[in-house]
Amino acid sequence: MKILIFITLFLYGLSTIAYACHLFGRNQRFADLGYWFLIIGSLFLGAIVFQEAAQSGHIPVHNLHGTLLVAGLMIALVFIVFQYRIKFNILGVFMVPILFLMVITATLTPYTPLHTKNIFNSFWLITHIITIFIGEACLALACATAFFYLIQEHAIKTKTKGFFFNRLPSLEWIDHSGYIFIITGFTALTIGLITGFIYAELIWGRFWSWDPKEVWAGGTWLLYAALLHGRISAGWRGRKAALLSIAGFAILLFTFFGVNFLMKGHHGEFTAF
Amino acid sequence: MLFASETMSEILLIGLNHKTAPVELRECLAISSEETPVALNKLQESPFIDECLLLSTCNRVEILLTSDNSLEAVNTVKNIMSEFNKTPVSRFEKHLYIHEGEAAVRHIFRVSASLDSMIIGESQILGQIKNAHSVACANNTTGLILNRLLHRAFSVAKRVRTETGIGDHAVSISHAAIELGKKIFDTLENKKILLIGAGEMAELAIEQLIRKKVGTIYVANRTFKNGVALAKKFNGEAIWFEEIMNHLKIVDVVISSTGASEFVVTRNHLKGIMGERFNRPIFFIDIAVPRNIDPQINRMSNIYVYDIDDLNGIVVGNLEERKKEATKGERIVDEAVIQFSKWREGMDIVPTIIALREKIDRIAKTEVEKIQKSLKHLSKEDHLVISRMAETMVQKVLHDPTLFLKKDLENDNKSLVIDFTRKLFHLD
Repeated sequence: MKILIFITLFLYGLSTIAYACHLFGRNQRFADLGYWFLIIGSLFLGAIVFQEAAQSGHIPVHNLHGTLLVAGLMIALVFIVFQYRIKFNILGVFMVPILFLMVITATLTPYTPLHTKNIFNSFWLITHIITIFIGEACLALACATAFFYLIQEHAIKTKTKGFFFNRLPSLEWIDHSGYIFIITGFTALTIGLITGFIYAELIWGRFWSWDPKEVWAGGTWLLYAALLHGRISAGWRGRKAALLSIAGFAILLFTFFGVNFLMKGHHGEFTAF
Repeated sequence: MLFASETMSEILLIGLNHKTAPVELRECLAISSEETPVALNKLQESPFIDECLLLSTCNRVEILLTSDNSLEAVNTVKNIMSEFNKTPVSRFEKHLYIHEGEAAVRHIFRVSASLDSMIIGESQILGQIKNAHSVACANNTTGLILNRLLHRAFSVAKRVRTETGIGDHAVSISHAAIELGKKIFDTLENKKILLIGAGEMAELAIEQLIRKKVGTIYVANRTFKNGVALAKKFNGEAIWFEEIMNHLKIVDVVISSTGASEFVVTRNHLKGIMGERFNRPIFFIDIAVPRNIDPQINRMSNIYVYDIDDLNGIVVGNLEERKKEATKGERIVDEAVIQFSKWREGMDIVPTIIALREKIDRIAKTEVEKIQKSLKHLSKEDHLVISRMAETMVQKVLHDPTLFLKKDLENDNKSLVIDFTRKLFHLD
């Protein structure tokens, strides 16, 4: 267990270094190297999550430690798939160090294997958890992409080429990538919410119980729905889309963590430590 | 050691460039591509010149050669230059630079990497040198040394280009505009262009855009007839000046360069249009003075306005960037010069003989040691006999090749023989 985490951290560390070299030296080989370290590191992270899941008999999202690991794994997987498809090196430069920090934080928060509660073993619940995490990972990457858009737009508008001007792709490309992240994230989020409702119906006999997390998640979903609707029907793109994407993710983060720390509800143990 | 006559042939570079000679003189001494073979053959007729190559561009005239009598070779080159262009030697002599040995190698590396260019990092020079080399090859005036030198120069140039940002930054107004366009739109392919007015710089920009395979080009001119003529030139479509507002709904890039004293496009014009455009970005390049496009427009979302000063600012900044990157390039050149010198040093008789001897000696010694380990029952004296036998064999085997290498060979053949020997015994 300890050794697996150590290896994961080591590989993510190497990936971070390779990506940093890519950022400064602008050599594609470093980015490729970083990508491979990330893939291998994520295999180890996957092994850790799998091991914890096998120990406790369910997906390890019953405390902050496990939640961070699963969230990290999902972000890594989503990035690996997207990077393979669209080559967004600069995103890796910023994402991998965050991933590294997430795994470190997870190792610092106490790990207490939980005795199995049967409520965690439904198909609906597993789908709910996985899709929600995938959706949130996509939206996190959409938020990072939005920041890139704002940086690049600022450089072009103010006519001051900064450090990033040549390192970032074109505005249109960043905007479009952000859109793809949001569409994917929104779709996953929607499936996650639906499976959550079905599960709630099966366990508690009602789809909706005004649990604070449910309320906030519903709000987040509506915001992203509005963002996508605006884009398709009124051409909300560029700066406006970027700002909304960042706002959406801020609310999402609150839904993810804030609700648990500040309010009570049946998602409570999710961030317990 | 300059101009000292040595047995080993030396690389020499004689020439002048934009830094040492004014344009009138460069014009005068330039050798056209038709004349180049004639000049090359003339150079090679000289007994003092072994291999030679001639590079003539608008910024430089350079002759690269190998010779074992530098002083005479230089004089020959000067005379041929003078004869060829009917210009007295005294007129251009003081503008010439003469590099010998490592300095010549460094110079040709720097030139091909575009570190010596008027606009540092421009990419034309490499093509020109490649061309000069192939012309020389076709005329059989280059040999082992210059061919190797030129190939090294090409790879140095490539390294400098890929490992430094020397060619990254646009250094002309039209390039700077295109570079910006590519940072706004992912690709300029199929983007619609609107040209308002006409002008040399605007046309230059349009030409660059056409190379990027842009879509329809609309041309709006106050005098419709002129617009039609210009549109025809670019295979575009002429529109009435009054139609500009309508076309702002569909075009992606607007290049404006009219003589109008008031803004042609203002904020009010664009207010309604962006909704109709579905907020697709639009890029205004305003190269008119006074400006045609209201700079306030730049504050609106998804609209980008660059005027001539902005573009100039980019060019100046980029030139600075290139100079910074050039320092990295110099380091790469230095490395390559050292490597090349090492190869050159090895390309002489004595080092080759030494390397050959060392190699065979080493083989013999290793084998003797091996056999002695398995023949432990032999006495010390017996071992000594075996070692001596091996030594004698080495001496005898190497006797004839050494004599052959030491024979007085002509320079051309000498290099070939050395190169062959080094390859045959895998000495490098």
